[in-house]
Amino acid sequence: MAAPTLTRTPTSSAEPRTAGGGDQRRRRCRIRENLTAYAFLGAGLLCFAVFSWSPIVRGLLLGFQQVSFAQPATWVGWENYRRLFDDPLFLTAWKNTGYFTLLALVFGFAAPFVTAVVLNEFRHARAYLRMTVYLPVMLPPIVTMLLWRWFYDPGPGLFNNVLKLLHLPGQQWLESENLAMLSLVLVSTWANMGTTTLIYLAALGSIPGELYEAAELDGASIRRRLWHVTIPQLRFILMITLLLQIIGTMQVFIEPYVMTGGGPDDATVTVLLLLYRYAFVYNDFGLASAMSTVLFLVLGLFAGIYLRLTRGKG
Amino acid sequence: MPASSERTLIAPGEMNRRTGRVLYRFVLTLTVVGFTLAFVFPLYWMASGALKSSAELADPTPTLVPQSWHPESYSQAWTNVGLGQYFLNTLLLAAGAWLIQLIVDVAAAYSLSRLRPALGHVVLGMMLATLMLPVSALLVPTYLTVTDVPLIHLNLINTPWAIWLPACANAFNIFILKRFFDQIPAELLESARLDGAGPVRVLLWVVLPLSRPVLAVVSIFAVVGVWKDFLWPLLVLPDPARQPVTVALNRLAEFMPANQLLAGMVMASIPLLVIFLLFQRHIIAGLTAGSLKG
Repeated sequence: MAAPTLTRTPTSSAEPRTAGGGDQRRRRCRIRENLTAYAFLGAGLLCFAVFSWSPIVRGLLLGFQQVSFAQPATWVGWENYRRLFDDPLFLTAWKNTGYFTLLALVFGFAAPFVTAVVLNEFRHARAYLRMTVYLPVMLPPIVTMLLWRWFYDPGPGLFNNVLKLLHLPGQQWLESENLAMLSLVLVSTWANMGTTTLIYLAALGSIPGELYEAAELDGASIRRRLWHVTIPQLRFILMITLLLQIIGTMQVFIEPYVMTGGGPDDATVTVLLLLYRYAFVYNDFGLASAMSTVLFLVLGLFAGIYLRLTRGKG
Repeated sequence: MPASSERTLIAPGEMNRRTGRVLYRFVLTLTVVGFTLAFVFPLYWMASGALKSSAELADPTPTLVPQSWHPESYSQAWTNVGLGQYFLNTLLLAAGAWLIQLIVDVAAAYSLSRLRPALGHVVLGMMLATLMLPVSALLVPTYLTVTDVPLIHLNLINTPWAIWLPACANAFNIFILKRFFDQIPAELLESARLDGAGPVRVLLWVVLPLSRPVLAVVSIFAVVGVWKDFLWPLLVLPDPARQPVTVALNRLAEFMPANQLLAGMVMASIPLLVIFLLFQRHIIAGLTAGSLKG
């Protein structure tokens, strides 16, 4: 990722050419240039050091400490991890999160792809369709959640009224153990598919038309062209969005926090919701940090794959 | 874009045949209607719901158009519930985060791109590495850092700095700014330098005026990011008087009358929708840049 740039700027052109200062002078100049450069970089470095790099180290250490606001932190070894694995909710949270991620992939991966392929064929209403699919992305997530909570309401809620119109039985969307997680995935897909759709559309637009023409001359049907031209051409971007989506959905928080609070009967307690409870409800920062480390290791696996894939591209 | 890229999956010939044309019209209509129902109708439902009376909202059979109009729920939400104050809070958080991010990240990107300090590539690599890190894994240690900033031992809880400062550590901003600065022809900067301009002047008078598109992208994402954020302000701004509108809406959802809550939700969304309508092009450009990074 951190590919150094190839364009070189002359670094010491301000140096007077006639003066015979020699090495010492050049070195002094180089030091001054570095000082200027670091003066510009300083504030950014400080922000990263305080709010990004040191918390990474601190997070790892906190997992082995007992932390309270009153006393200094004490070292407790693997105690937090032992308590973590003893908590029956830990396993539940991982199962629920895995289920959410799986469902979100089924919907969130298929829907934007199909949408983008279809939208790319249209010669009319393009701007309108692009805009509407992205509208939910621009809503503050809390508004989306409150809005859908109202839609899911079994009484005056929109969904059960639509079902009633179709003479179908109403559902206990968020109150039923079976449906609650699916309901959260639906909101999440609705809210986020605009981003992925637009990314796919950009990628589809850059597929060379000759590939389709050549396939057509070979007598390939539309379905075969989709399979042998479109999908291979999008393979890289499909892999990337797949991985980013796994990483993103495994950190699901606001959906269960606002819509179900983890219920019914812990059916929607996710990893991040449990982490939030450990830290900010029970004030057990050590336990929460142990949880963070586990989450970090699991997501690090996917991040590693992402890095391998993107290396050398771009 | 070359003309050949206009050619897509379906051939022009197939599109022009009679069945093709009928099918195209059918799918297009279906999609337009479907998208309108799926993505625009919920917004209409929210905005019109805010205009209904509480009794009408509670009725088990909802109405498509309000029976009686109550636009006053918007002003009630604004004044009685104090949404006006929460809006000001959000505005302050967004404006500050935008300004500080822009100053810090532009300076850093300029330094890495043009002044090229020793070990600059290591610094950039370490910054980009944080993009790979799940935000949630850093939630607890960053929170503890904000409650007691190292060395100066300040507690930033309930101050806007708790939002502003962590927002500066934004590797994505620095990365796209640096990439843009890299593309500016060296001769331009060289001639400015020969005219006696120092690095600050070169940045202000040469680099920034050329970088308007990328500055727009960074600015939009900074403002939108703060406006949409929920979890972080929920943690670091526990004092209700200082909360942004997103956190306040969730806290008040249980107590507010339904129509006023909906009015508040509409108002919390309008600024972002306006930004989107005005800057669609930039947002989509930033989106694509973000997805293809690396």
